[in-house]
Amino acid sequence: MSVTYLGMPPFPQAAEVSVRDERLRRNLRHATHTIRDKRAGAVAELVDWAALRAAGAQIKDRTLRHLDHYLEQLEGAVTAAGGTVHWAADAREANEIVTRLVRETGEREVVKVKSMATQEIGLNEALERAGIAAYETDLAELIVQLGDDHPSHILVPAIHRNRGEIREIFRERMGRWGRPAPDGLTDAPAELAEAARLHLREKFLTAKVGISGANFMVAESGTLVVVESEGNGRMCLTLPETLISVVGIEKVVPTWQDLEVFLQLLPRSSTAERMNPYTSTWTGTTEEDGPRTFHLVLLDNGRSDTLADRVGRQTLRCIRCSACLNVCPVYERAGGHAYGSPYPGPIGAILTPQLDSMDTGLDTSLPYASSLCGACFEVCPVAIDIPEVLVHLRERVVQGGTATVRGQRTTVKPAKGHAAERAAMRAATWAFDHPRALRAGERLASRARRLVPRRLPGPGRAWTDTRDVPAVPPESFRDWWRRTRGPQGGPGSGGRGARPGDSDSDSDRNSGSGDSSANGNDKGDGDGPAGMVR
Amino acid sequence: MSGSGSRETVLARVRRALADVPRDERPEQVKVARDYLRVHGERTPRERAQLLAEHLADYRAHVHHCSPAALPRTVAGLLALRGSRSVVTPPGVPDAWVPEGMRHVRDSAALSPRELDAIGSVVTGCAVAVAETGTLVLDASEDQGRRRVTLVPDHHICVVRVPEQVVDSVPQALERLDPARPQTWISGPSATSDIELNRVEGVHGPRTLDVVLVTDDAAETESTEDSEGAEDSEGAAGNGAPPRG
Repeated sequence: MSVTYLGMPPFPQAAEVSVRDERLRRNLRHATHTIRDKRAGAVAELVDWAALRAAGAQIKDRTLRHLDHYLEQLEGAVTAAGGTVHWAADAREANEIVTRLVRETGEREVVKVKSMATQEIGLNEALERAGIAAYETDLAELIVQLGDDHPSHILVPAIHRNRGEIREIFRERMGRWGRPAPDGLTDAPAELAEAARLHLREKFLTAKVGISGANFMVAESGTLVVVESEGNGRMCLTLPETLISVVGIEKVVPTWQDLEVFLQLLPRSSTAERMNPYTSTWTGTTEEDGPRTFHLVLLDNGRSDTLADRVGRQTLRCIRCSACLNVCPVYERAGGHAYGSPYPGPIGAILTPQLDSMDTGLDTSLPYASSLCGACFEVCPVAIDIPEVLVHLRERVVQGGTATVRGQRTTVKPAKGHAAERAAMRAATWAFDHPRALRAGERLASRARRLVPRRLPGPGRAWTDTRDVPAVPPESFRDWWRRTRGPQGGPGSGGRGARPGDSDSDSDRNSGSGDSSANGNDKGDGDGPAGMVR
Repeated sequence: MSGSGSRETVLARVRRALADVPRDERPEQVKVARDYLRVHGERTPRERAQLLAEHLADYRAHVHHCSPAALPRTVAGLLALRGSRSVVTPPGVPDAWVPEGMRHVRDSAALSPRELDAIGSVVTGCAVAVAETGTLVLDASEDQGRRRVTLVPDHHICVVRVPEQVVDSVPQALERLDPARPQTWISGPSATSDIELNRVEGVHGPRTLDVVLVTDDAAETESTEDSEGAEDSEGAAGNGAPPRG
């Protein structure tokens, strides 16, 4: 079962539609810019942010390098505190476990805390097939669920909806699920929130089963942590008699003390707050306080495969803050739906394909949903080098190689549709190694430059589906260099500040230094550009 | 299906995935540099309480100061201002905190969520308060009660003993807390920005949060009102305010 939604087209096709949606782009621009500016302020308050960020990355690395140890420690602690631990290798297993646990309670309804993991495995749909109604209780998730829609942002999932649409969704749909929207509901945000409060309170007061994820699990104490704003999480975590938490295996942290890092990093990175309104922590079950039965479902679903990839492993540090979405120029324009899974934005572009083992055409397109500008890496509170992983995954798409798929080392073939690109890259590598051929090719291209079409024909067409063919200059850089510096001129020989337009006046400066002329030979020339091909 | 079969599968996959980690490497050998700050700035107890009050008010909690002797009067005033006729308290809250004539319900396991929903206000103590973040932590001690009592009623009055319950920072708070106890960290009343990023206070938790800072050196007289926006009537608050998660 794939992490991506059924039937989702590759990213460029989906994005082609969404970038034309002006309202969506306006909403996204407003949202991402507002949150990113506020975040910068919240982060600037802490002079030790860089040290916290480094510690956050290191704690996660320690955990990941010894994940088996910490999972067993966590299991022991949760069990000792009165909880029951289940292990799910994939989405199907996790859904089966949760369905069985709900059935055992005899209930047909559950209330849910917003959780990425349960979205990832499609739990609501699985429960529905089993005749169990799952009610999302986060305001945005409620809007998404009532609207029969997909979330488009990790933190504010209904950011693509405006208040008028939300009012219509509430008026038309709330009554089908429970208490209808009040008569005369306007589109004022406070009124809409009040309608949700009334609608959901009925659910909370009667719910017998709650389902959640968790932001952190503390191995040494068996404590789970949920960070939220609205209080729907507290409702689901404390009022029902049975609580089932579905949590990815990478969410474990070694010690209670480690939370001092993440409870500073997460709220400031995510909502740009000093602290989010509510954080709940619980350890197993507590006499007369909260659920009497607690189940923890530990979810793999591609995480161990991601762990096996030494470059991709860092992806599992992610604490789902969504800061990378808010700074990403691609996300800002394409929107969350184009990423085709619950994980949009830069983190989605590296997480989804890895969890999925590049299963779908969407998966192999996601590593390209980036300009590699690096803003995501810069804001990431656990220092995930997203561009590095993107490039690594592109390599896997184009060249194939070995990867771990459902626990097995597997040789993966290059993805379909990348044969032409691979051939072109091979040809480029050869040409850069053979300067004479390169020079001849460049001159030919310059002379024929007016004939180059905007879209390439034949096997090159796929490449130009998403790119413009670069303009061919009248003269290649190498020819310009030779013409203005002479055949013996090389880098470092005095022309550092020169630009093509200055070539005439600069040419005589060359004569002053010939000390590094060895760089001008053919071998030296070939090294630089060939390195850039990667 | 589930159970030990998948347990072994997942653990075996994780172990195979970590083939590059030397067998004799122990977790503690993976370096974690804790060279971040324990506190962000040096403060006197008075400055610490001041910062707590500012940060609580930033997130629309209403902050009040009083002496121990004036506490019952302060609480009575807040309940009257709110118009509450019933109040629930955990077992450890002194009777004296709740004014005469008020319907006073002691929390117990027998109290259902629906019964709690019919109660106007809740009065509790706290375990620790964090100045740098404007956070109150409840850990289900006798004067804080079960997690649900501070959740279902729409008005929460939380009493903080100053200076002994106030710390500067998140690291200091965690040191004082026992993970075995269920905890609720509260930073302002519940809020959402899910609709066009407009901040709305109060979706599910208490929509009004009153924090009473009790100090020996506070004036014995009336409570003082610190926060702006205290006059906001609940429900209408926050319209057009800057967004927050």
